[in-house]
Amino acid sequence: MKQIPYARMNIILITLLVLISFLSLFIGTVSFSPAEVFYALIGQADQATSIIILELRLPRVFMGILAGATLGLSGAALQGMLRNPLADPGIIGVTSTASLGAIIAIYFGLSALFPGAIQIMAIVGALVATLILAMIAARDSSVLTLILAGIAISSLATAAMSLAMNFSPNPMTLQDMIMWMLGSLENRTISDIYISLPFIIVGWALHLGIANGLDASSLGDDTAKSLGIDTRRMQLKIIIGGALSVGAVVAVCGAIGFIGLVVPHMVRRFIGYTPGRLLFPSALMGAILLISADLVTRIPFGQGQLRLGVVTAIIGAPLFLYIIFKTRRAMR
Amino acid sequence: MTDLSIKNLSVTIDENQILSDVSMNLERGSLMGLIGPNGAGKSILLKSILGLIEQATGDITLDNKNLDDWTLKERAQKIAYAAQGAPVHWPLTVGHLVSLGRIPHLSPWQSTNVEDQALTLQAMKKTDVDHLAARSTTTLSGGERARAMLARAIVTGAEFLLADEPIEALDPYHQIKIMTILKEIANAGNGVLLVLHDLNFAQSYCDKIVLLNQGHIIAAGTPGEVLTDQNLEKAYNVKAARIEKDGKSYIIPTELLNSN
Repeated sequence: MKQIPYARMNIILITLLVLISFLSLFIGTVSFSPAEVFYALIGQADQATSIIILELRLPRVFMGILAGATLGLSGAALQGMLRNPLADPGIIGVTSTASLGAIIAIYFGLSALFPGAIQIMAIVGALVATLILAMIAARDSSVLTLILAGIAISSLATAAMSLAMNFSPNPMTLQDMIMWMLGSLENRTISDIYISLPFIIVGWALHLGIANGLDASSLGDDTAKSLGIDTRRMQLKIIIGGALSVGAVVAVCGAIGFIGLVVPHMVRRFIGYTPGRLLFPSALMGAILLISADLVTRIPFGQGQLRLGVVTAIIGAPLFLYIIFKTRRAMR
Repeated sequence: MTDLSIKNLSVTIDENQILSDVSMNLERGSLMGLIGPNGAGKSILLKSILGLIEQATGDITLDNKNLDDWTLKERAQKIAYAAQGAPVHWPLTVGHLVSLGRIPHLSPWQSTNVEDQALTLQAMKKTDVDHLAARSTTTLSGGERARAMLARAIVTGAEFLLADEPIEALDPYHQIKIMTILKEIANAGNGVLLVLHDLNFAQSYCDKIVLLNQGHIIAAGTPGEVLTDQNLEKAYNVKAARIEKDGKSYIIPTELLNSN
């Protein structure tokens, strides 16, 4: 596979992201012409068009970019840090605890009492997991311990979710829970962005300046330290940064699988294996993939509507298989 | 100048005393060989000097300043390390692998520039891996890999270079070539500390030798002072024959002293 220079790869991805984001503004239950979208964006369209484009589709696209970029970035950072191509943001457990928070909100009917209850509870869930991870990290330096703790937290949260479903007060509640867990960008408004953006920004910020450290880590911790990298600090930044940003994404969009796992592999095909160089392109690729998947959910499909998490998994899993098949020689 | 000085270094891991009361100096401009039987604590000694062993106690100073008082980055600029059989977890290209040795000179935001790339090429030429620059490390032979790893340590341009068995996987041609390069690096005013098993390379290239056995230094000094029959018997439990050729002496271990 011929490689693409880093800068060119980013330009291609940014161009694709811009194109597909605009496409997302046109396509939906109601389709618009480019002119209508343009007038709406500069505030010159009629009220109905304005509302659909500015208050429904624009936040949805924006949230999609935030979510996809977060999952792609965190996936690339975790795979680099763990030196394992199978790592994914779900491994640190926040996906499950955030989901548990949301499920609790649905179970107790908090979501019906006041809007935003699901998101707030999900963020609380993510923060609880982050806090537990940070406490464990402060006592033990091993990444393995943190990952095992993540798995334990995740299993416990999943068990609690099953319990809530088991005793769900009525079928409607159960359906709400399942639908939420399948993930969606539908009806995301500007307030969802306000809720999640601070956590996402802090999470992203913690990923800044780790590229060289990740590169050095590909030679093992000892060599990385001998190259002047504070590996423990870097690992903490990646885990806490991932927990905060992914937690916030799950809180607002539900559990969206496969993006964090598959995106770094897609990027490696084009720019090689250097883990530090995968971060930025993986964020872009994650955003592109998520918005594309969201476009697919808008295709009318029988009675109901396709959920985002279902689409990412349906696209992601075969793609993952294909990439693994293609790159298996290099990884040997 | 005390250069790199190690005083009363001890390491106990899980109640096993790995190093006890090791003291030595690594001077600039000198090639020092660290020899000793398997399990003597040679690698742990190297790692302790680098600050990689949490259980290490004692004083390690660099130019009279305690190593803990240097930042990780300053330390990495001063002391380079080529680990023994270090893993490469991703199929990086050789060129990229070697350029990682420039990381101590980069800020977290920087990637390697043209100058770093030129130094990388230079280091690859030194260890004879420049023709492999675009190859994936997963496709290299053991010896090619070891040479790439050594180039990675050399490219840092540190004043002290610690290498753990750098010539172990190499063919005779490359063993001599790498030892010559390491000698040149030392002669250029750097301190080089090598873990070696080959007594003849230690004898002919090293300015000083430290013989380690069961965590203790049992001899230190010039090759002539350290590589005596008595020391070899004590440390390795072998009898060695000596052969003289062209005015040089060679050591050949011939038989075990006892079956223990």
